[in-house]
Amino acid sequence: MSSTWAYFWWVILPYVAMAVFIVGHIWRWRYDQYGWTSYSTQLQERRRLKWGAPLFHYGTFAAIGGHVLGILVPKSWIDAIGIDEHVYHLFSATAGLIAAALVIVGMGILATRRLFVPRVKATTSPVDWVAMVLLGIMVILGIVVTAINAPLGHEYRDTISIWFRSLFTGSADVSVALQAPLYFQIHAVAAWLLFLLWPFTRLVHAWSYPLWYLWRPYVVYRSRKATPPPEPGTGGRKWRKIGTPY
Amino acid sequence: MRPMAQVAMVMNLDKCIGCHTCSVTCKQTWTNRPGMEYVYFNNVETKPGVGYPRRYEDQEQWHGGWTLDKRGRLQLKAGGRVRKLLQIFWNPNLPSIDDYGDPWTYDYQTVIDAPLGAHNPTAHSISALTGKDVNLHWGPNWEDDLAGAPARAMADPNLAGLEDRVRMEFEDVFMFYLPRICEHCLNPSCVASCPSGAMYKRDEDGIVLVDQDRCRGWRFCVSGCPYKKVYFNHRTGKAEKCTFCFPRIEQGQPTICSETCVGRLRYLGLFLYDADKVLEAAATPDPQDLYEAQLSVFLDPEDPQVRTEAERAGIPTDWIEAARRSPVYALACRHKVALPLHPEYRTLPMVWYIPPLSPVADVAHAEGYDENDPDRVFATIESLRIPMEYLANLFTAGDTSHIRRVLRKLAAIRGYQRAAQLGIDPADDLPEQVGASPDDLDDLYRLLAIAKYDERYVIPPAHTEDAGRLMAQHEQLFCSLDTPGGPGMGGTGPEGVDAFHGGASPGASHQFRDDAGRQRFNLFGWDGSGSAPGLFPEESAP
Ligand code: SF4
Ligand code: SF4
Repeated sequence: MSSTWAYFWWVILPYVAMAVFIVGHIWRWRYDQYGWTSYSTQLQERRRLKWGAPLFHYGTFAAIGGHVLGILVPKSWIDAIGIDEHVYHLFSATAGLIAAALVIVGMGILATRRLFVPRVKATTSPVDWVAMVLLGIMVILGIVVTAINAPLGHEYRDTISIWFRSLFTGSADVSVALQAPLYFQIHAVAAWLLFLLWPFTRLVHAWSYPLWYLWRPYVVYRSRKATPPPEPGTGGRKWRKIGTPY
Repeated sequence: MRPMAQVAMVMNLDKCIGCHTCSVTCKQTWTNRPGMEYVYFNNVETKPGVGYPRRYEDQEQWHGGWTLDKRGRLQLKAGGRVRKLLQIFWNPNLPSIDDYGDPWTYDYQTVIDAPLGAHNPTAHSISALTGKDVNLHWGPNWEDDLAGAPARAMADPNLAGLEDRVRMEFEDVFMFYLPRICEHCLNPSCVASCPSGAMYKRDEDGIVLVDQDRCRGWRFCVSGCPYKKVYFNHRTGKAEKCTFCFPRIEQGQPTICSETCVGRLRYLGLFLYDADKVLEAAATPDPQDLYEAQLSVFLDPEDPQVRTEAERAGIPTDWIEAARRSPVYALACRHKVALPLHPEYRTLPMVWYIPPLSPVADVAHAEGYDENDPDRVFATIESLRIPMEYLANLFTAGDTSHIRRVLRKLAAIRGYQRAAQLGIDPADDLPEQVGASPDDLDDLYRLLAIAKYDERYVIPPAHTEDAGRLMAQHEQLFCSLDTPGGPGMGGTGPEGVDAFHGGASPGASHQFRDDAGRQRFNLFGWDGSGSAPGLFPEESAP
């Protein structure tokens, strides 16, 4: 790969994707609260969704956890707590394959649903199709990576992970990324494309997982009148005890 | 004491003729949009019947509303908060659209375009969900006037335990209509079920609403409401519900369903209630005591202490005055003839019903008696188990004594007025027999039979004196509900965003007019097909 192209794939694309990801989300949040939803189709079809949606989502959670562990956490830290490379790989390959299986089965069910159940298909907008195809590519590549790498045992924590973290220090390390096998490289590039598109799709619902529900009072009261927002710097109380009325 | 005000409704079931005018006008006003085809914020069910959506009253199946845990504490019947968050990807209690009825339209064009011929052309049915031909199996009003009742009405959850005694044969059948809207409950389980906190009960008037901007489509409100009066808009991916026509109520006007009700059977007015007592009342151990418990939550606006406290709680004086004239308070608390629908759901519903006397009067009539003779009707009320138990299952968690009391009172009003009009002496003890004074019966007669518009609807307008100041303080960018497909329906909303909305017709938003009035092209909203006029500047002549 010529160095210009390497520079594009491993430096320019990531930064552009990050910028679009952040600015896109701010823009969407400010201008399109009404479109910010999960677009559930459970009303139209519930039998396949019952298996597809939980499998896909819980599998994805596992996969995200694996990525955090493998990419964000430096290898030295894991070594430091006494988990050597062999144990780590055994664990990550097993857990990774399980997560991959959950995701691919879930995704398969969801995709057939979207493609072949007319009621669901009718609600699918062009952006949804694009997001679905991209997500599908991502997932398949991810599974290929996990499956191929399980026997080969490439230590991505010495290549891709270091490059990824280097993006955030301002001195992107292209050379380590290029040491990774091609299937890792393609997976990483596809990921940036997904991030690029993320703020403009229904994927934004991921940021709205309502954890807040766990500690808010059951019944919410609100005044018909808009209450004036607290002036900046006046420090309104942000946290309330469970059960205190609004 | 923490007094709050609640706008509420009472419906007099004896007068409902099942004309569905209320449903139609409500639909025209609120749900006449793609994504809401299957939705009726106001629907009218024939009872006995399984209702809309199918068997919604069976909470063992749908797990709506509240229940008590082993230690007697209130909890959502569908389970706690953690359970909800875990079930967020697939909600086991959500009805499917087939339970409401796959919405359909007809291929009218074929009829319009049909050539002259010997046979009448037919328009076949088209699903509004897919645009494809569809065979109809169920709909929101499939059982109107007991249609199909011999085969299906026994599935009505309110007939549980009565099966062996109810017969769906023509001679023995009883029926009445049950118009339903959202109950705007004091202890709304829909609000409690919404994980996003998008649903809320308004401080000022108790109307329960969904904040369309905050709803993220998690659907727990739909399943959490035992009356199934929150609906999922399958195009916008947001929950929507009966709004109690709040823009009208704020102006002091009745809701559209009340305004257009042909039977003039709906009453609107205020209740003052003690917010501190709500949870305690909802946690009453015996479901049959819930009706009385809810009555104890209401405050008597004639009580000077209540008025002082209400004033102190910030309820405007004209609202307190309106509460004194409230017809719903009179019917529910003073005369105690209105009853809540399914109090056993523990949501403390605020649309109450005067149970119908007609099924009983019909029996008296069928047996050859004058159905206006209170003695005869009293005797019938005493001897009839059905429909008495059926009504009790609807309104008092199965306790027939309240139904008897109310129906006797209604019969007494008829007898009393009839005697007065025919110039015969009513039995002296008639009012006492039903626990009322002659004045009470007169008052009730006025309310039920004569009450004009101003007496049926006593709605104090909302106070908007400082609305302008507040508006100016946070200048709004736009109303996001005015996007195509949104409940606002009024405008185009922010440019471009609707291209990201599921199911919005693609390509609809790639053109817009700029401030200077020129037609412009918006790349964000472009679906990629067709030309892109205006994207590039005109080529200037060389
Ligand atoms: S009836 Fe209305 S207020 Fe009560 S739970 Fe259902 S949607 Fe909520
Ligand atoms: S408009 Fe009135 S009379 Fe007609 S169905 Fe509705 S509630 Fe009944």
